[in-house]
Amino acid sequence: MADIANDRIPTVVADGVDIVYRVNGTGAGRGSATAALNRMLRRKQTEKASGVRRVHAVKNVSFVAYRGEAIGLIGTNGSGKSTLLKAVAGLLPVENGRIYTGGQPSLLGVNAAMMNDLTGERNVHLGGLAMGMSREQVRDRYQEIVDFSGINEKGDFITLPMRTYSSGMAARLRFSIAAAKDHDVLLIDEALATGDRSFQKRSEDRIRELRKHAGTVFLVSHNNKSIRDTCDRVLWLERGELLMDGPTEDVLKEYEAFTGDKSPKAKPKPKVPVSS
Amino acid sequence: MSQVLHTPPQAPAPAPTPAADDLAALAARHGLSVSGARPSLPEYVRQLWARRHFITAFATAKLTAQYSQAKLGQVWQVMTPLLNAAVYYFIFGVLLGTKHGVPDYIPFLVTGVFIWTFTQSSIMAGTRAISGNLGLVRALHFPRAALPLSFCLQQLQQLLFSMGALVVILLCFGVPVGVSWLLALPALFLQFTFNAGVSMVMARMGAKTPDIAQLMPFVLRTWMYVSGVMWSIDKLAQKDSLPQVVTVALAANPAAVYIDLMRFALIDSFHASQLPAHVWALAVGWALVAGVGGFIYFWKAEETYGRG
Repeated sequence: MADIANDRIPTVVADGVDIVYRVNGTGAGRGSATAALNRMLRRKQTEKASGVRRVHAVKNVSFVAYRGEAIGLIGTNGSGKSTLLKAVAGLLPVENGRIYTGGQPSLLGVNAAMMNDLTGERNVHLGGLAMGMSREQVRDRYQEIVDFSGINEKGDFITLPMRTYSSGMAARLRFSIAAAKDHDVLLIDEALATGDRSFQKRSEDRIRELRKHAGTVFLVSHNNKSIRDTCDRVLWLERGELLMDGPTEDVLKEYEAFTGDKSPKAKPKPKVPVSS
Repeated sequence: MSQVLHTPPQAPAPAPTPAADDLAALAARHGLSVSGARPSLPEYVRQLWARRHFITAFATAKLTAQYSQAKLGQVWQVMTPLLNAAVYYFIFGVLLGTKHGVPDYIPFLVTGVFIWTFTQSSIMAGTRAISGNLGLVRALHFPRAALPLSFCLQQLQQLLFSMGALVVILLCFGVPVGVSWLLALPALFLQFTFNAGVSMVMARMGAKTPDIAQLMPFVLRTWMYVSGVMWSIDKLAQKDSLPQVVTVALAANPAAVYIDLMRFALIDSFHASQLPAHVWALAVGWALVAGVGGFIYFWKAEETYGRG
């Protein structure tokens, strides 16, 4: 792999990344109120004594992502997938190591800027601006976004407040806004899990299109089928460590063996591999 | 971490991880930059300017969403400040009789309440700008100063509604329209700059210690009572019961400066002699110190916002 790396353009380089969360007020040991006061007054104190717990979420992960790749991130719940994505997006600081990126990686997270009390229409504008699009770009792509989301298929819903939307409709609008922009590096956290089958199909097509526009796509999902359909490379994280990195089929086979054999009731059994 | 997992199997083929210096060299060769690093100050200003449409759209959206559940809707934009002023009039004007000796007491009081509310709610919103919007900070990339600025802008829009109501009140109480009303514009601009600066300072402190949001209402209420919102600092100064240092300090505090400037601009019976010395210099000075200082203070911690 290192041999062919020279003629491909890297977009994300993770170099021995460690990510540690600090959680306040877990009430470890002493009364948590006194501990909290102590913590505020004496910042230099050791973390353990002041009741801060460290959660080592990602441990020494290194990988190189290239232009035009779609990379799936898999692992059981709490294995550090979303944390790693946030760090790649530059939204979480790393403890050790470095993450280098070309262009601005963006997390599919417009929902945070959207307001339930406003109409879908205004949310499209707000979400687009929040992602860094200009007013003209939002105006040009507005119709495209609404059509793609299919919100108006069942009547004029785009002019209703978003609190009246079903969760599926809201998720579709969110994805449509996020996908309207051409991202250098797009990070998607289980976005494809919602929405009906026809919308999932459209989303997968859109991801393929984004890849063609010289982008890199990261996809976190528990749905092995959508990983198979969209990704050609998979990173498997377990307990914060990078367990495997390789072609989708190879990694998924191991992963399915791991989840299928050892924790049958932890979550629905992964589907059998689809031929082709 | 709470999950009970069996030890995962050893990876059959260990992931190909080149040596650390290889990766750094590879990144350098292709001109990749470190993710999440703080931009330089000029670059930061440029990014912020590029996001100006987001800042205004976010402020307007917040303002509209505020009363969208209420039956009367946007009428509350004007009703809320008016009701506030009515309460203060009842307590300070009628019950406590603070109005004695202050001509045009109702315009005097209402101007004070509105202008003070602008500063107060800007600072309050600024304190929660980061800590109350962690979802947004953790999901999207933008210069974080956009948040406190946007909240101050929302308060400015709110104030403009109040000022509309204020104009009606002024006319009802026979205050003549004058050229000096134009002075309201520079005064508002300076006050906005001051508010934005203080908001950014509070946003950084609130991001680090969210408990400050619980403390701020008390600080702000104390500040309100010493700023001459419902009584005249000038009258107090004439009584000679307080040392001069105290009255000078009272009159030079930024909230009092902006309130008195607005009264001077709008109310004809409020004379220039009632203003502290060098009032415009004070107004500009406070705005510059808070605005520039607050912005730099906020920028210094840019990369830490949103941390666990």
